[in-house]
Amino acid sequence: MLIKKPGSSHIKEHEVTDESIYRGRRQILKSMGFVGASALLASPHSQAISWFGKDDDEVFVTSPLSFNSVDKYKSDEKLTPEAKVTTHNNFYEFGTGKSDPAAKAQGFKVDPWTLQIGGLVEKPLTLGYEDLTTRFPLEERIYRLRCVEAWSMVIPWIGFPLASILSEVKPLSSAKYVAFETLEDKEQMPGQRSRFVGGGVDYPYVEGLRLDEAAHPLTLMSVGLYGKTLPPQNGAPIRLVVPWKYGFKSIKSIVKITLTDREPPTSWNRLIPAEYGFYANVNPKVDHPRWSQARERRITTGGLLSRNRIETKMFNGYDEVAPLYKGMDLRRYY
Amino acid sequence: MIRLSAKHLLLLKTIIHLGSLVPLILTFYQAVNDQLGGDPVEALLHFTGIGAFNLLLLSLTVSPLAKFLKIGMLIRTRRLIGIYAFVYALSHFLSFIFFELQLEWSLLISEIIERPYITVGFAALVILLLMTATSAQKVQQRLGKYWQKLHNWVYLSALLIALHYIWSVKSDITQPIIYWVILIFLLLLRKDKFIKPLKKTKKTTKRLA
Repeated sequence: MLIKKPGSSHIKEHEVTDESIYRGRRQILKSMGFVGASALLASPHSQAISWFGKDDDEVFVTSPLSFNSVDKYKSDEKLTPEAKVTTHNNFYEFGTGKSDPAAKAQGFKVDPWTLQIGGLVEKPLTLGYEDLTTRFPLEERIYRLRCVEAWSMVIPWIGFPLASILSEVKPLSSAKYVAFETLEDKEQMPGQRSRFVGGGVDYPYVEGLRLDEAAHPLTLMSVGLYGKTLPPQNGAPIRLVVPWKYGFKSIKSIVKITLTDREPPTSWNRLIPAEYGFYANVNPKVDHPRWSQARERRITTGGLLSRNRIETKMFNGYDEVAPLYKGMDLRRYY
Repeated sequence: MIRLSAKHLLLLKTIIHLGSLVPLILTFYQAVNDQLGGDPVEALLHFTGIGAFNLLLLSLTVSPLAKFLKIGMLIRTRRLIGIYAFVYALSHFLSFIFFELQLEWSLLISEIIERPYITVGFAALVILLLMTATSAQKVQQRLGKYWQKLHNWVYLSALLIALHYIWSVKSDITQPIIYWVILIFLLLLRKDKFIKPLKKTKKTTKRLA
């Protein structure tokens, strides 16, 4: 029997903009050519298409998930509406504009999917599409997401701890790090075909964690949000969520998890090493070279006039991870 | 030479007014009502910033275009386009203060001083402000030759904006580079203007030597 307990995270009816209204508004904006000034020059084709509304024809279908709500991961903070969580995304494989992924990823195929876990482990594991949502008990966790660009959201994720996978594959004692890799598929991901679309990132996108970070109970493998499976723009069918690190660490659409003895390369660090480090812990005291990280704009409901500027907290407010970095100079290991 | 009638000029100016004001007002309206995507602040900053740059480049296109088409009257639209470039740039700056920084004044000052891309953007805005403040014909007459000197700073302003733009993006520099190419092309059309004063100084230095 499936037991589904709606958690406190479930947004109240009156707080949510009706989806059809939201989409309608976006259509008006698009038809006037206002969504993303980037569309004006970068891709005349997509602009022409969106004028005629063709890219809205196909909508990725998500399905409801069964999960438990754990008291520990509930939250009183106001959630970011689902419509914003799923339309304001950084997923350069589908373009660098915030609305590009939602516009261009709707045809993304997630079934069949293969997630391989290997490297320095006793028992390598391969998970198929069905396994992602059935092999481990799913729970809902409300996490703050802090982007390195100084905005943040509060998102009800569905998933399971990465530690569950790790305890199954049994890392060897030589394993010190965990490397992650996003799908490489130039057919489906326009950003991987052209560096003009993909922001110059060297694909496939790769990320990494230290083994103790990966095994931390907060580290989540997410397969859904707002009670349903992930839409492609949010990293379907499975993604990482590391809530005390900047968002780019939370790699999307993962196909490979490899345990290694050396610090693995990470995409943003490779691209601009002076600005993005391996650790990328949320830290209000260490500024990005080009902007301050002391504060953030919390994206929830309300337009321009809502006062949504808040102080950024050390480790994004997840103090329980502090022992992981005891004795480390976090200015040096940014 | 084609003559533009007063009627045509009025029509052109009306188009410039509407084409600049309507999108600006509409975008602010949508932003206030949370209809501008996930992050209305970011969308507004992009729209006003790119809008200002577009208008400034358009104003720099007017005189080469007037020469090429041999329509001298076209020049008379230039001031209006330039003023709207300033209006957009000011909206961009005010949006940054009111909606991004949300009136945290101490941070505003430190950001302008410490963040190079904000410093150059602010410098460009100051130039546009000075040009707008001296744009009235009476002021132009009073300033005499200094007016032209001051308004030649527009080229520096455009370069600073291009720098501000390419410096502000995370990694996707394709679009800023396209803008750089357009700007350099517009500057090359005026290369005589930049070369003449250089030659003059060379001559004087020779004579002095």
